[in-house]
Amino acid sequence: MHIDLSVQNITKKFEDFTAVDSVSFEVEQGRFFSILGPSGCGKTTLLRMIAGFTEPTQGIIAIRGNNMQGITPNKRPVNLIFQHLALFPMMNVAQNIAFGLQRQGCGKAEIQKKINTILDRVDLPGFQDKKIDQLSGGQKQRVAIARCLVLEPTVLLLDEPLGALDLKLRDQMKVELKKLQAKVGTTFVYITHDQSEALVMSDYVAVMNKGKFEQVDTPQNLYNHPATPFTAQFVGDNNAWSARITQMSDTRASLVTPDGNTFTVNTDDPSFSVDDKVDLFLRPEAMVIQPDPSMDKLNRFEIIVKAILFDGANSRLLATPINSAKELIIGLPQNRQFDHVRPLDKLEIGWHEASGICFPKDEAPL
Amino acid sequence: MKNQSRWYLFFFITPILLWLFLLIVLPHIDLLIMSFRMEDDAGDMVWSLGNYLTFFTEPIYWATFARTALYSILVTVLTFVIALPISFYITHVVSPKFSGFLMLLLLLPFWVSELVRVYGWMILLRESGVINHFLVQLGILNKPVEMLYNDATMILGLVYTSMLFMVVPLISVLESLDKALIEAAFDLGANMWVVLVRIIIPHAMPGIVSGSIVVFMLTLGNYLTPNLMGGKNSLWFTEQIYNQFIASFNWNQGSAFGFLLLLLSSLIIWVGLKLSGQTLSKAVK
Repeated sequence: MHIDLSVQNITKKFEDFTAVDSVSFEVEQGRFFSILGPSGCGKTTLLRMIAGFTEPTQGIIAIRGNNMQGITPNKRPVNLIFQHLALFPMMNVAQNIAFGLQRQGCGKAEIQKKINTILDRVDLPGFQDKKIDQLSGGQKQRVAIARCLVLEPTVLLLDEPLGALDLKLRDQMKVELKKLQAKVGTTFVYITHDQSEALVMSDYVAVMNKGKFEQVDTPQNLYNHPATPFTAQFVGDNNAWSARITQMSDTRASLVTPDGNTFTVNTDDPSFSVDDKVDLFLRPEAMVIQPDPSMDKLNRFEIIVKAILFDGANSRLLATPINSAKELIIGLPQNRQFDHVRPLDKLEIGWHEASGICFPKDEAPL
Repeated sequence: MKNQSRWYLFFFITPILLWLFLLIVLPHIDLLIMSFRMEDDAGDMVWSLGNYLTFFTEPIYWATFARTALYSILVTVLTFVIALPISFYITHVVSPKFSGFLMLLLLLPFWVSELVRVYGWMILLRESGVINHFLVQLGILNKPVEMLYNDATMILGLVYTSMLFMVVPLISVLESLDKALIEAAFDLGANMWVVLVRIIIPHAMPGIVSGSIVVFMLTLGNYLTPNLMGGKNSLWFTEQIYNQFIASFNWNQGSAFGFLLLLLSSLIIWVGLKLSGQTLSKAVK
């Protein structure tokens, strides 16, 4: 497999602030690669360095093996889709798409043909003469993508392009973008702070925090096997629960929480020892309400329901363990089985010892 | 309620209407009538087109007229060429806290009257002036040269006088230009020139047109700067009008020249609007 984009030890410092701190990664040809991080984590700076708008303080960016140092944005084989799309309002759709082709010196007939092909591809046939302000949010999105894809860039960079859309359209565009990428086969590097966008669309996701990559992995692995406490909390919802190790074996640890609940959890981290303080992470859906008494290897405890957070398929219970003020979020399956649950109800909760993850206590939690 | 709002409208619009009518429309009607009247051989005032005919039969008049128009267009173009980079620099290059200071620097000279500013230039440029003094001291010139009273100096003065009226509308349109558009154009392979012609100028068009109209009209009707900096050679059409009114006491001829100037400026602005594809209502917004 060819490597389309290779970034090695890239660093960007603004005076005494380090926006991007020695980041390295490679993206294979045809991949959908996402960089996921909270605002201010340096992901936009990283993207702008790849596009050529910002000079890195240190490090090498190579596209298809060519070092990009000193090459201006208009000479790089990458194109950027801007956060607010930056379509040219003084031109119509066809002129917007033709802009880059004219710069490449294409002939009129060829430009015409390419515009028609790319508009068909993004499902906007016949939109050539429309003005930009006549388009809806989703259509603008597709014109912006068409304007870049028509140039056949090696890598297409996307800077949170779905951020300005409303939720329904965003969900729809996520699927469309993924399909489009599969169809054209261009390498996409997508940055976002929305974990659902990253998980749905990407082949690989890099989780970025404070200028560094925390973990680069497939969406499934990020969710199921987070490597750091930050990833555990940033990707998907998670309950963080401080605890202390009371007993340690090769593969299992016994924990006690400050409120006196004792749990057993699988862990293969050899650095843990008895009396270590840890953070236990539990996904809302890992906790089963009223588990079958016959189920094995289950940590069981009792909670009191504080509120029901109804959100369709994503409904949760806000609850506290008995004798504790620790708030937990617990998945509430909408299969009518738990319709009877009311606030102040006492319920038994169970979770499998393989579904909890422990990390050494984070001094500065999220 | 309705009566009240009508009363408010009346209250606010009356001074404007009075001002327009008494100080602009009425005198112009009088001037228009005057321009069509002429003394006949017997010394009686009669209706006549003679004042306008004089303009076309005397080459000095229409030559001055054409010269004034061409130089005004040149001044407008030069002002635009200088003002665009300045406005772009103030709005998009320097940090916002510094751009206010730069605006102030641009405004500052305009707190002084035009007369004083022109005398400032004269002190710099005249034969015994500051620039000549330094050039001679440095040995670049053997003896001082007269830098005043030629066309180049006059145009310099007119451009300087007009600067602000071009910079202000340009700054206001360029402020609304999204930096991402420029970056997007670069990203799609454009160079500086393409960005300027395809992105910046089309975006700034309303500001360019309104700035150009103001600069053109001010320059065409300017009397002070051509007279002082261009001297006797300036041959600005306003001087011809002045001469008719003040030197020759021929108010009828002067009125005719005044109306020709009004027609000329209206015509050139109309052509300019047509060429740039703008409308007056868009430009004055």
